[in-house]
Amino acid sequence: MSRRLVSTRGLTVRYGDSTVLSDVDFHIDRGEIVTIVGPNGSGKSTLLRALIGGLAPASGRIERAEGLTIGYVPQKLVLDPTLPMTVARFLSLPRRVASRAARDALDQAGVPGLERRQMAALSGGQFQRVLLARALLEEPDLLILDEATAGLDQPGAAAFYRRIEQVRRDTGCAVLMVSHDLHVVMAASDRVVCLNGHVCCEGAPQAVAAAPDYRALFGEGTRGALALYRHHHDHDHDHAPAHEAS
Amino acid sequence: MLDDFMTRAALGGIGTALAAAPLGCFVVWRRMAYFGDATAHAAILGVALSLALAMPIFAGALVIALVMATSVTLLSGRGYAMDTLLGVMAHSALAFGLVAVSFLEGIQLDLMAYLFGDILSVSRGDLGVIWSGAALVVGLVAWRWSALLTATLNPDLARAAGIDPRREELVLTLALAVVVAVAIKVVGVLLITAMLIIPAATARPFARTPEAMAVIAAGIGMAAAWGGLLVSYRLDTPTGPTIVAVVASLFALATLGGRLLRAS
Repeated sequence: MSRRLVSTRGLTVRYGDSTVLSDVDFHIDRGEIVTIVGPNGSGKSTLLRALIGGLAPASGRIERAEGLTIGYVPQKLVLDPTLPMTVARFLSLPRRVASRAARDALDQAGVPGLERRQMAALSGGQFQRVLLARALLEEPDLLILDEATAGLDQPGAAAFYRRIEQVRRDTGCAVLMVSHDLHVVMAASDRVVCLNGHVCCEGAPQAVAAAPDYRALFGEGTRGALALYRHHHDHDHDHAPAHEAS
Repeated sequence: MLDDFMTRAALGGIGTALAAAPLGCFVVWRRMAYFGDATAHAAILGVALSLALAMPIFAGALVIALVMATSVTLLSGRGYAMDTLLGVMAHSALAFGLVAVSFLEGIQLDLMAYLFGDILSVSRGDLGVIWSGAALVVGLVAWRWSALLTATLNPDLARAAGIDPRREELVLTLALAVVVAVAIKVVGVLLITAMLIIPAATARPFARTPEAMAVIAAGIGMAAAWGGLLVSYRLDTPTGPTIVAVVASLFALATLGGRLLRAS
């Protein structure tokens, strides 16, 4: 298989009349960790969903490597209380896995021995790690995480990302994530893509943090790190498309 | 053996419950109760159509239920909340169905039989239809089980694993239409949703996995069909509503029992 796992060329996605992504060129290669940052409504999750195949592009192309397997960790997974689900059963969705493989995946995700617990009884951190374990069981070429640490406190998020780096070292899979935890994430990334309906800027974490476009979005002073938490996107941005919908 | 109307009724009720209960689990998990209602109510229009065209009731009900279920699926997410859309569709389908039935002059029609079921008149032919439909639904749900479950948990999770959640939704829609068509004779259009939802809800406190819930729900549904038939025979009450009353009582007991179990 080629080095390039997924790439888009001139990708444009619309919801009804509003253009959420316009003319996005994006790619991720084998073994890379890429983080997508951007304000609310900048189309981060939309880009992920398009890459997965959940959204049809209005124009442009999405190319996936042949036989690409994706492990996906959603932003949040709401389990209807009427749906009973043990951790072991969840790990076997959609494909049955041997109990040994399930045990190893839980170990690898840092939550050993949870097999018999109900999903609904897990803490936020345990839940996200079980989602990670399930994604790892697909033996993915590409692990996609959509704000996977949204419900975690900072130490929890930091531990989670350390685990992701460990997984990349162990399995060699590429990691694509969307995150708000810039101060934690950016250091771990090979490449950061700053999105605001289009690609504002991209490059190594330090380069992006210093880029004028990035600072216009996230403010001066903090090198972009914590500003995002309170970001309301009230600045002018020359070529920003409509991005109310996301 | 099939000469006895009670035996035929019991087999009809058990077959319906067997098909309805596992599917009902998905209806509960996906919060599609109102969707089930809309599909079932539309079936009365199908009954009118069948009588007018001298078609088998099952065929007409199946076609209209399918049309209803598919159009709701396609219309959803286009301006109206699903809730509103279903409220409009469910009741207008019922109303149009009842109006259509009134146009059928010269046909002796016991409307109550279609609204609340007439299980005691289940014929050998009906039994064939009911059990074929049940086998189809159980087979379909079992075949697609893992994909359905993944799509129910999270559509994007399913997509990333190469499953098309819309196709799975279509499978459920199809299965629902078959259950509605099969169940008309047994519990009638107004009570079909009860046979979908109540066994599943009753099974919930006793299940640790989705599979266990489906199996327990099927057991509860079949027991209620059998028990309801016996009670209605003893007390000379209408059979369809009695079956639903029995399964509702089981639900109350299970819920209460579950509470007491946790409190102690």
